[in-house]
Amino acid sequence: MEFFRNPNIDFLGKKWYFLAFSLVFSVAGVLSMLFWHGVPWGVDFRGGTLVYVKFSHTPDENAIRSELDRAGLRNFKLQRLGALSNNEELIDLDVRETSEQALDQGKLKIIQALETHAPAGKADLNNASSFTFKNFLMEKDPLHLGTDADQKYTAQAQAIVNFRDKVQGGVLGSIDQLKGVVEPAVVAALSDGFFVSDFGVRDVAIVGPQVGGQLRKQAFLATVYSLAGMLVYLGFRFEWIYGIAAVVTVFHDTLITVGAFSLTKTDISLTVIAAILTLIGYSNNDTIVVFDRIRENIKLMRREKLSDIVNRSINQTLSRTILTAGLTFLTVLALYLFGGEVLHGFSLALVIGILIGTYSSIAIAAPILVAYQDWRLGRGKRAVAVPSKAK
Amino acid sequence: MNKNLTWKLALIVGILLAFLLGIFGIPKSFSKQGLLASMTDRIHLGLDLRGGTHLILQVQVNDAVNVDSDNALETLKEQLRTKKINYAEITKPDPKSNPDRIVLKGVPPESRSDLLTIVQERLPEYEATPGPENTWVVSMKPQMLADLKNKAVTQAIETIRNRIDQLGVSEPVIQEHGLGEYQILVQLPGIDDPARVKDIMQSTAMLEIKQVLGGPYPSEQAALQDKGGVLPPDAILLPGHAAPGAETEGQAWYLVSRVSAVSGKDLRDAQPSRDQNGQPSVSFTLTGEGGQRFYNFTSAHINDSLGVVLDNKVQEVANIKDSIRDRGEISGGRMNEQQTKDLSMILRSGALPAGVKYLEERTAGPSLGADSIRAGVRAAVIGMVAVLVFMLLYYRGAGINADVALILNLIILLGFMGYFGAVLTLPGIAGVILTVGMGVDSNVLIFERIREELRNGKTPPSAVDQGFSHAWITIVDTHVTTIVSAAILFIFGTGPVRGFATTLTFGLLANLFTAVFVSRVIFDWILTRKQRGEALSI
Repeated sequence: MEFFRNPNIDFLGKKWYFLAFSLVFSVAGVLSMLFWHGVPWGVDFRGGTLVYVKFSHTPDENAIRSELDRAGLRNFKLQRLGALSNNEELIDLDVRETSEQALDQGKLKIIQALETHAPAGKADLNNASSFTFKNFLMEKDPLHLGTDADQKYTAQAQAIVNFRDKVQGGVLGSIDQLKGVVEPAVVAALSDGFFVSDFGVRDVAIVGPQVGGQLRKQAFLATVYSLAGMLVYLGFRFEWIYGIAAVVTVFHDTLITVGAFSLTKTDISLTVIAAILTLIGYSNNDTIVVFDRIRENIKLMRREKLSDIVNRSINQTLSRTILTAGLTFLTVLALYLFGGEVLHGFSLALVIGILIGTYSSIAIAAPILVAYQDWRLGRGKRAVAVPSKAK
Repeated sequence: MNKNLTWKLALIVGILLAFLLGIFGIPKSFSKQGLLASMTDRIHLGLDLRGGTHLILQVQVNDAVNVDSDNALETLKEQLRTKKINYAEITKPDPKSNPDRIVLKGVPPESRSDLLTIVQERLPEYEATPGPENTWVVSMKPQMLADLKNKAVTQAIETIRNRIDQLGVSEPVIQEHGLGEYQILVQLPGIDDPARVKDIMQSTAMLEIKQVLGGPYPSEQAALQDKGGVLPPDAILLPGHAAPGAETEGQAWYLVSRVSAVSGKDLRDAQPSRDQNGQPSVSFTLTGEGGQRFYNFTSAHINDSLGVVLDNKVQEVANIKDSIRDRGEISGGRMNEQQTKDLSMILRSGALPAGVKYLEERTAGPSLGADSIRAGVRAAVIGMVAVLVFMLLYYRGAGINADVALILNLIILLGFMGYFGAVLTLPGIAGVILTVGMGVDSNVLIFERIREELRNGKTPPSAVDQGFSHAWITIVDTHVTTIVSAAILFIFGTGPVRGFATTLTFGLLANLFTAVFVSRVIFDWILTRKQRGEALSI
């Protein structure tokens, strides 16, 4: 099977279309970051409280909103996670408080607000820890074990939590579901001290503003170091102009990817930054493959114009470029579609980035080389961008 | 088959076995469960997959500096008095941001050398610098200050580790957090309700026994009024509980001596017990030296009151009826049994040299981790199968070659993780998936080149040879750039992100071996079995 047999497309002739396309997307992204949605920093970078809740039924977002409002919470965002049938909601509380009490309070308030029918003096079965269960059982001693009950009740508490979290996915519908999991006397005792709410907290992130700022700085530095690393490596392996062309290309990819996050208002979390850094590496791969071929062809075709050489090189590597991009895209798409909600932003960044990264190594990196050459010619300099270290 | 090739094949099989051993170790049974168990035994799951708590703590290092400079100030005062040096005022003007700075005002010029000698001999960690109008600034030497702060962090890590160990958390991570100044990273697998652990870690557990000079007062103002508006210089006001049956319920204030008779350092042991009313309490014993001091103190203060102060809160006030040597008790009926257990554990583990503040807290429930594993594995299998099938369809015979290389790549990647005890996180699983996508890039590069060479009329053996040698440089370049990105991620990232960088780096390193070396050996092996001039399936 073969998709491309000797393609001969004049890529450089279409550079103005490419430029227009890239400009539209990057300017749209930048405008959105500046004037519309801003940079949608996630809780990792912004500071605040994120509570990931699973309900036992389809949650009514309006009801949740009014509960949270009633609890006096301001600046919260409610977001459904995945399919409606997942019954999952993300509550994102924007607390820019510096005191840790205020940060801790956010989580407690959210949980209390959602426990609408909490009877006084009873704990929530779906949000109690194994420690709470153990303490309760030790106190009630439903199995009449006397003094050396510690081990037995620890095991019973662990069994409850395991069943709830690992078998039932985090939420129990009623205490009776525990029958057969723990001793009947324990189940009976539990109904004295616990009630069943309609949700379980699956994940909590509380990030102080100090850490947020620290992480923002780190993410920025990591990106800059990554780009600088590429520039140095490519400058060393090729010529400086190749490094610069590659870095400009990757910067273009990063800008468009971040812009897409701003346009779609998708939170930028730590893992999204990881994805973007990976893209910096990946997009460079593509660019290097084309550059390698240009370097090889410059030696073979000394008489020809650089633009012809570049065009030829892109066409020669086109089959490989499309194939690997396609295959990587395939795996990333699997991740996006089946990888679960936690990785949503991460795989979105990769899906966008691989498309843009492949496009840009053809449409941005190669034309920069030719444009540089033309500029040098215009100034009456030597008409070569031949890498001196070419092997 | 020629000898060289046999050697290489043997090497590949050897490496395959070695890395399989890396993944599974020597499994106890070969059932599905047995293999899975031995695998998770070697490849550790990150907090995001197994559930647990991740905390970042800020050590308030200035606390430790303040303690040190408070002592220095006392020493200085005492020395100035014994050496009969006059001064107008001695203060610490800015304990918040310059906790080591002691300012001494109004020292006569002729006492200059005496002062310098005192600082040099009695406070070797400090230096005195003269300012305008007979003012002197006594502050810590910068190197000493940095040492003290770092020591506070190390001690805090040590103390917190002691406490966590006693809680029975398995495989906790407690280490300095490189990203911020004086921060500690704590990871507690399996702890999904961090409230109690947080309290235990945060409790500075500074135990002191002080003489009670007055109180209880209902408020700070009341105490001040009682003392005529000014507190005695050697006393401080501390909050505490009102004695049972007193007129003021709840909060009360006590005037206690600034200097402690004994402190947490003098503690030998602390155990939960019951007081004379049968209420849960904590009883402690003092070290020999501490006991001696306590004996001297109690003998000198019979019929006075003493207070047990924990974290600057008066826990208990008692009358000294007799000399006490080495025993004490914290009771008061305000603690339940669990609290007395926790408190005695905290006391045994020693005091924190400085307070800690929580900067970040992440809790992943185990239910989410289980879902994430399921989703991640599903995505990995689907992505992998799609790639394998595509390679077979597109490159036919050579597709098998690529698929073998890819599977070997995965085995080596997981084996690496097993050998290095690396942590697999959810983004790490994504890294595995991405390795499949990026790893196949090397195969495609080589195969496309071979096809090109074949089109240009080369014979299969020479096309294979050319294909590999031309693609090699490109493959190295592309791998280096991605690994640079991953390395930077590893340096800057924590937890999940680090897991991603790890799998990506290991995966790409393994790919250099499988896509280039293994794939080449397979090609050579196929070529030796072919007749001269027979076409290559690619």
